[in-house]
Amino acid sequence: MEQKALVELRDIRKEFPGVLALDHVNMTIRSGSIHALVGENGAGKSTLMKILSGSYTNYGGQILCDGEEIHLKSEKDAFRYGISIVAQELNYVEEMTIAENLFLGREPLKKGGVFLDKADRLEKTRALLEMMGLDYDPNAKMGNLSVAQRQMIEILKSLSRNSRIIIMDEPTSALTNVETELFFQKVRELRDKGIAFVFISHRLEEIFQLCDEYTVLRDGKWIGSGKISEVDTDRLISMMVGRDIQDIYPPLPHAMPEPAVTVTGLCGGAFQDVSFEIHKGEIFGLAGMMGAGRSEIARAIFGMDPIYAGTVTVGDKTIGSHTVKEGIRSGIAMVTEDRRTYGLVGVLSIRDNIRIPNGDLFTRYGFWNTKLVNDRVGEICKQLSVKAPNADTKVENLSGGNQQKVVLSKWLVRNVRLLILDEPTRGIDVGAKEEIYRLIAQLAENGMAILLISSDMPEVLSMSHRVGVVSRGKICGILDHDEATQNKVMKMIVEAKA
Amino acid sequence: MKNKKMTAGELYRKYGIVVIMIILFILSAIINHNFLKPQNLINILKQISVVTIIACGETMLIVSGMIDLSAGFLCTTAACFSAGILSATGNLPLAAVVGILIGCACGWINGFLITHFKLQPFIATLAMTYVLQGIVQLYTNGQTIGGVGEARWLGQGSVLGIPVPVIIMILMVVIIAILMKKTRFGTSIYAIGGNEKAAIASGINTRRTKRIIFTLSGALTGLAGVVLMARLMAGMPSVGDGYEFDAITAVVVGGTSFLGGIGTVTGALVGSIIIGLINNILNLLHVSTQYQLIVKGVLIAVAVIIDIKTKENKKSQ
Repeated sequence: MEQKALVELRDIRKEFPGVLALDHVNMTIRSGSIHALVGENGAGKSTLMKILSGSYTNYGGQILCDGEEIHLKSEKDAFRYGISIVAQELNYVEEMTIAENLFLGREPLKKGGVFLDKADRLEKTRALLEMMGLDYDPNAKMGNLSVAQRQMIEILKSLSRNSRIIIMDEPTSALTNVETELFFQKVRELRDKGIAFVFISHRLEEIFQLCDEYTVLRDGKWIGSGKISEVDTDRLISMMVGRDIQDIYPPLPHAMPEPAVTVTGLCGGAFQDVSFEIHKGEIFGLAGMMGAGRSEIARAIFGMDPIYAGTVTVGDKTIGSHTVKEGIRSGIAMVTEDRRTYGLVGVLSIRDNIRIPNGDLFTRYGFWNTKLVNDRVGEICKQLSVKAPNADTKVENLSGGNQQKVVLSKWLVRNVRLLILDEPTRGIDVGAKEEIYRLIAQLAENGMAILLISSDMPEVLSMSHRVGVVSRGKICGILDHDEATQNKVMKMIVEAKA
Repeated sequence: MKNKKMTAGELYRKYGIVVIMIILFILSAIINHNFLKPQNLINILKQISVVTIIACGETMLIVSGMIDLSAGFLCTTAACFSAGILSATGNLPLAAVVGILIGCACGWINGFLITHFKLQPFIATLAMTYVLQGIVQLYTNGQTIGGVGEARWLGQGSVLGIPVPVIIMILMVVIIAILMKKTRFGTSIYAIGGNEKAAIASGINTRRTKRIIFTLSGALTGLAGVVLMARLMAGMPSVGDGYEFDAITAVVVGGTSFLGGIGTVTGALVGSIIIGLINNILNLLHVSTQYQLIVKGVLIAVAVIIDIKTKENKKSQ
């Protein structure tokens, strides 16, 4: 049965000074259907959703709601038509409780309309939580919830506004596999109750797991729409990228026999007795749930977190607890999980970001050797094909993929022996992902040891020579590339927990 | 590509304040015929010299995401102590060194409170303000310290027609500009203000860097105090009060963002000149101080509104 069309976007056009962001885009959102909006970064997905949710009011084309043309004047106006958006960066007040956050700005009042009716608010929150089958405490502080839980609260907020269309921008980017599965289950339940979803995600396998329909945008143009059951991954990718991509994972080069890095009996705040060895030219993966201690192990090796016991040997140098600076000097570099928080200084230029950790190479008596900096920055940006007008461009103006390349650049100007990559492709589109995979393989081929951490299971399994499975702060097993499968990894995690 | 086009805000940051300064200059010249007299122009520079030297330090602090509210009283403290030593010994270099060292010490303490006990810069330097206020009162007994004739050259002298305080000011602006733009330390200042966590993850010792910034800024403020003493030919216990806000105003008008990571010391100089021009022309027009204060207040608000608007433009893209 064809579901009812709730909203139709027809010939939507949106121009920014100098850029045509959307060029005659069409999309039909039906009740009881999850609609995937896919495309590379800069394809116009966010712009389209900002128009649909009332943030951008100046556009060409028509929006039809229940067959009638509407013109949204504000986000509040969009709420009235039952359209709400769960943004990539959630909006909540950490210090407030779930109930307070849910009804922020529209708190139920006692008769007389002056004082808060806290009992009523609590009651309503309980009802909403119950409806979704969530056993959260309505008085729990938002800041104490996990990212997945906050995400659910954000959806609850939409539901409590009687939303019929909920737009979700990358809702799973911070969730673990298990959390994602639970989250999807809830979304499906809501869909079956007739709610329409627009789902934006870079993870194609999720789109196939969850969605019913798709719309592909490329460079602001509408490329195609249809039923998910009628396309496959390759077809979807080629629509997004505009060319055929066979296999996004390159073949792994051969690792060399001599060890580059030895970690022995490492203990830290969130992990115990971690030992492994990485050979020259080897990519060693760490798989496991979020919170299992993977990132913490990496941070300690790099020097961001203290090491309680154990040593890290890089080349012929053995170090215990050390600072980041000492880590860098020993030849360790880390591309951190959260680019915007740890990887880059957004308001500074590409050049500044690349030279910041490399003062030892580029300065003399504390003064920058400007020519050397410019030469090396130019070289590395060319080598990694960073797309930007020039090295003075602020990194906050770059796309996610290009930002990640700048993070890589700032380390690759050094003679790195161990490169730690923590979630290197999160939030990056397929084209850029492919480039980064090829770069990783190439670095390994040149003899660099690489420690790869990823929640994207196919990624870590395909890109690693060996995979260490981390559970509860321990490495519970190491699998070779050929024997590593998702099932085996999950089984090891489950067994380690038992 | 949109990156090539500069937004109005970025244009303002790059050239806008200079344009505003030139417009103000031309306007002033038209409004009052006394304005263009060389003596008047030199006077303007002389008047802004002390505040601009303080603003050099304040720029480093604000760019790195901090602030120093104690600068005004630190300047007073340095002025009074250097006056005391000068009147007692007649040794100007010694008096100057003591003034600068007092600045260093107080700056270092501010930095220590902030990095060791994790105090907010606002709170730590506010506390320092009260302590210094008390120390100045104790030291001077509320009396002006005179007998500092040896400071005449420093305060009133000139080289090639340029007053010594102005030369010191320009020297400091140049030194700090080079420090911020050409050295590793300078890049660390921007990195800490732009994203402290990323700075840490890049191997920057942020706590040490912050202490150095505060110590340097304290030294500049101490120097400003010595220059102030020499200009007034006395150590007055209340004279530097409010200089911290004048300096911060200059920094903000000069395009430095309170969010950190953005700003230049040359901008602060231009901001300082703009404020000096406005004060000067209002004086020439015999506008009372009360109105001058109102103009200053409006000026700060306008500068910050432009700053915020810039950020908004960026977000909506």
